[in-house]
Amino acid sequence: MDATVLMLTFTIFVLAIFVGVEVINKVPPTLHTPLMSGTNAISGIVVVGAIISSGGGEQTDSLSTFLGVLAIILACINIFGGFMVTDRMLHMFKKK
Amino acid sequence: MQVFINLAYLVAAILFIFGIKGMTTPKTAVRGNQMSAVGMLIAVIAALLEHHVVTYGYIIIGVIIGAGIGTFLARKVQMTSMPEMVAALNGFGGGASLLVASANYLEMQQAAALPAGTLMGMPEVSLMWSVALILSILIGAVTLTGSFVAVGKLMGKLGDPSSIGMFKMIVKICFALLIAGAIYFVADDPLEHSNLLIVMVVICLLLGVALVIPIGGADMPVVIALLNSYSGLAGSATGFVLGNNGLIITGSLVGASGLILTTIMCKAMNRSLTNVLFGGSMAAESGVSKDENDAFYEGKVKVSSADEVAMLLDSAKKVIFVPGYGLAVAQAQHATRELASMLQDHGIDVKYAIHPVAGRMPGHMNVLLAEAEVPYEQLVEMDVINPEFAQTDVAIVLGANDVTNPAASKDKNSPIYGMPILQVQNAKSVVVVKRGLSPGFAGIPNELFINENSLMVHGDAKLVLQEIISAMKDL
Repeated sequence: MDATVLMLTFTIFVLAIFVGVEVINKVPPTLHTPLMSGTNAISGIVVVGAIISSGGGEQTDSLSTFLGVLAIILACINIFGGFMVTDRMLHMFKKK
Repeated sequence: MQVFINLAYLVAAILFIFGIKGMTTPKTAVRGNQMSAVGMLIAVIAALLEHHVVTYGYIIIGVIIGAGIGTFLARKVQMTSMPEMVAALNGFGGGASLLVASANYLEMQQAAALPAGTLMGMPEVSLMWSVALILSILIGAVTLTGSFVAVGKLMGKLGDPSSIGMFKMIVKICFALLIAGAIYFVADDPLEHSNLLIVMVVICLLLGVALVIPIGGADMPVVIALLNSYSGLAGSATGFVLGNNGLIITGSLVGASGLILTTIMCKAMNRSLTNVLFGGSMAAESGVSKDENDAFYEGKVKVSSADEVAMLLDSAKKVIFVPGYGLAVAQAQHATRELASMLQDHGIDVKYAIHPVAGRMPGHMNVLLAEAEVPYEQLVEMDVINPEFAQTDVAIVLGANDVTNPAASKDKNSPIYGMPILQVQNAKSVVVVKRGLSPGFAGIPNELFINENSLMVHGDAKLVLQEIISAMKDL
């Protein structure tokens, strides 16, 4: 990866942090717990990397496939557990 | 095709941002969460279309197992146990980053052994790749074990150690070894040093334990928020490893979120992050002995009864409830809400004063009260409610202690001096419902309890509230 791509990627990283700070600062303290479980869920996005590692078939060795499958399991616990428990909590706030 | 896949990752990241934006009001939050979930689905479909992905069997097995465990946890978890749940999810997130980066390392090793050009599209071994790989693996490993120690502490299975010196030493040694190891790993040929990498992972797993064990139980809200941030940063680093912008953006969102919450929690406790992380438990440092505590309260506490409180409430115009974690331990949320609705039916203005560290994680008390169907409009933040105490007839403190201690604003020698508190003492009458006179997390007595305008009702919060409710009915 050359210097231009590195700089571009790093720029994206820094800008995303700023977007994150802007958006999250507006979340009221009432919703901080669902915010945390919700961000847990979206950090399950690492499943993307896990899928690529475990779906390589013959091309990849069995150890890296195994690690990939383990990663899918952990990431999916985050995705399903995170989104569902957040939904459960938010419904408590919604009803009167 | 790759262009569309990358666009899909971008769409997912944008949906996550809108999803979090939805969290800015309780009305839009459910939709926001659903938007994030749609974003995740798009990202997963895009990943399945990547040309490296040729077999689906293992993927399906992994998804089924993970989805099963995740769904089970989300359905079964008690709202009082949300801190444990979030801490565990932080750990799984860190663990997943660790595993993905490790798998990628192995693939790179294998690709390097093949003749050039056989595997297309793999990122090259560059300095950035090596640094990102090390960071992703190291932060992921620390998050994994640190989070599970936090879960143990929250469940009360792991206590606070009496001496933290040994752990500080372990942390220092681990850091020194990791810095040396990481520099050697990156500077030399990373693909040749898989054994070094394994040793560093083990050191990081140990580091995670040694970092969290000495932190006091009362400081767990900070730790959970910080580990939340780490799990995001680990994900971002994994994004750099894989050259995936979607992961980088999402990871930095989560990292920023955790960092903001960490700062809020530290401010609410008036402690610096370094002090929380390396200062040990507050009660062990500054706490008073049982005799000193008893002497402080000796003969100065006005003990009252449920009947008396009922009469007091009957003539009140404005009442503020001050819930602490003790309320949730006593499972008294529903009784509180019942009394509150009864007061409202009498035309009394009722509010709840929520200190940022009232629960065991950011926003925890709000969730516990929302579960008991308290309308969220009645839950008022500390800064907003503090001026209102002076116009309040009765403030009822339920299971809260340190966050109401006036010493925080008056006594320069107090260990909690400077901590923002709920100014409950300004209310015309203060009713404190508490089992005994044991100190809170800070380990110090609370002069609110011996104030001129304070009354104490001893007993379990739920039982006392039920007695007050029946006494009010008899009036």
